Amino acid sequence: MLLGLFIAYPFFEGVKLSLSSARVGDPGHFVGLKNFHKIWNDSIFHTTMWNTFWYTGVTTVFKLALGLWLAILLNRHFRGKALVRAFILLPFIIPTVLSTFAWKWMFDPTFSVINWTLFQLGIITTRINWLGDPDLAMTSIIVINIWRGVPFFAITLLAGLQTISPELHEAAAIDGARPWQRFWHVTWPLLMPVTLVVVLFSVIQTFADFQLVYVMTGGGPANATHLFATYAYQLGIGTGLLAEGAAISLAMFPFLFIIVVVQLLYIRRVETR
Amino acid sequence: MAEVSLHKLNKKFDTTHVVKDVDLQIRDKEFMVFVGPSGCGKTTTLRMIAGLEAITSGEIRIGNTVVNEVPPMDRDIAMVFQNYALYPHMSVASNMAFGLKMRKFEKAEIEKRINNAASILGIESLLHRKPRQLSGGQRQRVALGRAIVRDPAVFLFDEPLSNLDAKLRVQMRVELKKLHERLAVTSVYVTHDQVEAMTLGDRVVVMKDGVVQQVGEPLELYNTPANRFVAGFIGSPAMNFADVTLVENGGSPVAEAPGLRIGLPGALATRARAKTGRKASLGIRPEDIHIATAADAPEYCFEAEVEVVEQLGSEILLDMRAGGALMVASVEPTLRVRAHDKLKMALKPERLHLFDAETEAAI
Repeated sequence: MLLGLFIAYPFFEGVKLSLSSARVGDPGHFVGLKNFHKIWNDSIFHTTMWNTFWYTGVTTVFKLALGLWLAILLNRHFRGKALVRAFILLPFIIPTVLSTFAWKWMFDPTFSVINWTLFQLGIITTRINWLGDPDLAMTSIIVINIWRGVPFFAITLLAGLQTISPELHEAAAIDGARPWQRFWHVTWPLLMPVTLVVVLFSVIQTFADFQLVYVMTGGGPANATHLFATYAYQLGIGTGLLAEGAAISLAMFPFLFIIVVVQLLYIRRVETR
Repeated sequence: MAEVSLHKLNKKFDTTHVVKDVDLQIRDKEFMVFVGPSGCGKTTTLRMIAGLEAITSGEIRIGNTVVNEVPPMDRDIAMVFQNYALYPHMSVASNMAFGLKMRKFEKAEIEKRINNAASILGIESLLHRKPRQLSGGQRQRVALGRAIVRDPAVFLFDEPLSNLDAKLRVQMRVELKKLHERLAVTSVYVTHDQVEAMTLGDRVVVMKDGVVQQVGEPLELYNTPANRFVAGFIGSPAMNFADVTLVENGGSPVAEAPGLRIGLPGALATRARAKTGRKASLGIRPEDIHIATAADAPEYCFEAEVEVVEQLGSEILLDMRAGGALMVASVEPTLRVRAHDKLKMALKPERLHLFDAETEAAI
């Protein structure tokens, strides 16, 4: 009942909306797949789609690599371990909007602390317009997403690492495995189920990310950094083309669906292995 | 094939000194068992031999090499862990092959060794299973197999039977013994179970609080324990102890306690005479106490009241009170005794032990 009320109903309303000609102040009428046809030929939509995949792909790879590295470091014994572990979570705990605003200042062309540092070090001579250049803007957003996402990976993978018995590493050490072989043959395969779940969650979240881009660039410059969610918002709410906005957000659905199904199948395979 | 020698071996964790000045020569092909209560440093010693624990001071040699700084993989050892430590994501065959693969053995050789070990251990039919599909006993065999295929200079066992149920433990104990006879590889075995130590060991090291109490063949430990701890630890049911005072009685030394007066025979009397007037522990094993007959000399007899009768089938254990001392006697199963019976008991004088009350060393 609750599922129906809060998930199924909005979903089908969205589908209905995407198949209509609704806009703000006009309930519209059924137009079939016209909206989908329209966005399919929309070059901004193409950019958006490419952006979303690029954004999700690059950030996930980096978050996994850095998170794993951090998790392995944190899994060792050292003084103040508990404190560092708690500290690591900070980027994850701070509301995204707040931390993104802080980042916005750091990337601001005039006040950028990054520019200032690079300038002082003599690496650059002119200001870099981080958020004004399409490629740099995308890179900046990717960096922030990685910064925000690594703690989640690190803490979850750390929990996974702690379930692996140290005896296995000792057995492998006696068996003649060098440290990276122990990682590759023992740690990595045993961590795989946890890794897949974390990646699954992260991919879903990143694919549908909104706040970060909305605060940093609003999708600009010149629509160069739009993701599905921000473009859908801009068209649907910003411009009032509710039906087209709905169509764009629905366009996410098949991609996400495929990703989730593939990963769930893979997780099941790994777990029954 | 190799000897293992420990010289002035010490281990400290922060401020706790867990292994103290251990000196030990383990001979080639010998089955050496470390036994002691938990926290006595036996496992730490084993882990230092394996190279899994750094040495605080001292020296470990395997063969002719000092291995203090040699990493585990280069020590030519194989270890069987308490929880088996099988790689859960690998099949039985892969588990056994792992160490050989890491050492870049030929595929045919790996297969040959696995099949050989599997047939020795009777696990040929399990080779394609995953560890979680195996019972405890089967996992134990696989862990053994993983050690055997390596054909190492030394086997290290860290309480390998403690996770098995009692019946399986006895069975595996016998198999381990057979396996050692067959392979004749120097083995170091850690256990807290003195029965395992007695049955498996060529020699046994008894440890307590990081200090070696005694090293010897099982019967040597049983018959001539070096101190009260070894006397009480080895043997089941445990040796009886009575707090006594050594006194002279008409020219011959006796051990005296309230309600108890036991004569001391021959050599023991000579050694006890030097300690006349001192306090001591009188030790006697349950099987060395019997119901007195006319043949028993009166100075080795005492009166006791039965408190509990434990029928074990093959023997009867009588929990008795003799003066202030509580004693257990193991008597014939055919005997009819009931609680609160008052009996005249006798002990075998040649089986008496005396321990200094302060140093606890054997007198």
